[in-house]
Amino acid sequence: MPLLFLLAFGFGFGSIYTLAGQGDYFQFLVPGIICMSILFTSVMSGIEIIWDRQFGFLKETLVAPVSRLEIMIGRTLGGATVAFCQGIIFLLLSLLFGFKIISLINLPLVFLFMLLIALFFAALGTAIASLLDDMQGFQLIMNFLIMPIFFLSGALFPIDTAPRLIQLIAKINPLSYGVSSIRSLLSGSTNFVFLNLLILLILTIIMLIIGSKLFSKMKV
Amino acid sequence: MSENIIIVKNLNKTYGKLKVLKNVTFNVKQKEIFGFLGPNGAGKSTTIKILTTILNSDSGKITINGFDPLKSPDDIRKSFGIVFQDPSLDDELTAYENLDMHCVFYKIPKTERKKRIEHILKVVELWDRKNDLVKNFSGGMKRRLEIARGLLHYPKVLFLDEPTVGLDPQTRTHIWEYIKEINRKEGTTIFFTTHYMDEAQKYATNIAVIDKGKIIDVGTSKELIKRTKTKNLEDAFLKITGYNIRDQEVSSLDNLRLRKKIMHR
Repeated sequence: MPLLFLLAFGFGFGSIYTLAGQGDYFQFLVPGIICMSILFTSVMSGIEIIWDRQFGFLKETLVAPVSRLEIMIGRTLGGATVAFCQGIIFLLLSLLFGFKIISLINLPLVFLFMLLIALFFAALGTAIASLLDDMQGFQLIMNFLIMPIFFLSGALFPIDTAPRLIQLIAKINPLSYGVSSIRSLLSGSTNFVFLNLLILLILTIIMLIIGSKLFSKMKV
Repeated sequence: MSENIIIVKNLNKTYGKLKVLKNVTFNVKQKEIFGFLGPNGAGKSTTIKILTTILNSDSGKITINGFDPLKSPDDIRKSFGIVFQDPSLDDELTAYENLDMHCVFYKIPKTERKKRIEHILKVVELWDRKNDLVKNFSGGMKRRLEIARGLLHYPKVLFLDEPTVGLDPQTRTHIWEYIKEINRKEGTTIFFTTHYMDEAQKYATNIAVIDKGKIIDVGTSKELIKRTKTKNLEDAFLKITGYNIRDQEVSSLDNLRLRKKIMHR
């Protein structure tokens, strides 16, 4: 799906964007779509707990002499790793379509951001799944939480020229820190990147704590 | 008289306004095959969940193998094995890997693992399929593998929550043969729930009947049949619990199960 987004938006909106004098839209879009693929995959991996604790392996781990914290950390790391790898694959794929990485030295930092986003949203998914007892609430969360997070993160359009309200929402949206940082890192600038890194790191730690608290109280 | 391995005293549990368990009290003796029977929604699964530390009770006291779940949950978890009503194997792993994972969780030393896995897989006759992915297994094979897994850490008690549901009579008989053999050879106490009364009559050495969150009768199947002046356990069960069909509210779990069925069709 992220690939579809990239191609449809990238080549569809690209010409308008260029006409408006903003440069290459494809260059702009790729970091956003990378974040999107990480966002979706990691949240899904968390949500899958609903399923897994009833029909899957998770139930076996819940009665094993292992602490709930260990289980939660293990699951979150697992989900985050998958999402992270998907982000990497996506980055490689976009190179095929003509994406240019301006600054290779910044790549390790880009990976760090990708990993943090993956961890944050995997923990968010875990937290949500711990509260839900059926997949029914899932659509709701997809539509009213995940999609807005994606659309209002600056992944598709630049935030700083958007209306004030959207700018405000983007400020409290963890994904927007990731999107903007990855974007500037890939294009060779490090403005605000370290502040963003700090913010995202703190948010991720908080989310992991919330997630593990909810997980250990989870009803089966 | 042999010692009690499971002691449950005045167990209470409330979900919202609904009282699911009301002063549930019973004992299970060592090496017994204990049948825990009751209509839908009587509180069977809740009791098993509380006994297996997945759920906390509101009040009451439990001892399994001499341990208190509140004080030493990990000791209790090491004392029992469980086969859940819904399968809980990792489909993407092989039979061997599933069992190996279990050994990791229960901290069984590496040198022991291979020996134990080989032994138990031979008992349930899955040794020649050890390197096959679980997703290619039939329902009966999965059940056997789950039973094998539950026994891997030499538990004192094996919980079986409707172990034979959805299996054909051949497989059911087969599975019960294993269970009986394990009970006899290893001295593992078996605690099981079922809706098949013939199973309970045939295999259980002791039976407790629960209805509406209360234990309403305890005894061997012969005693229950004698007391109710019926011919078999099925009739005795119906006489004890009444003939009314239980209108259970649809739970979120039922919704999940339904979804699973649809997805696997």
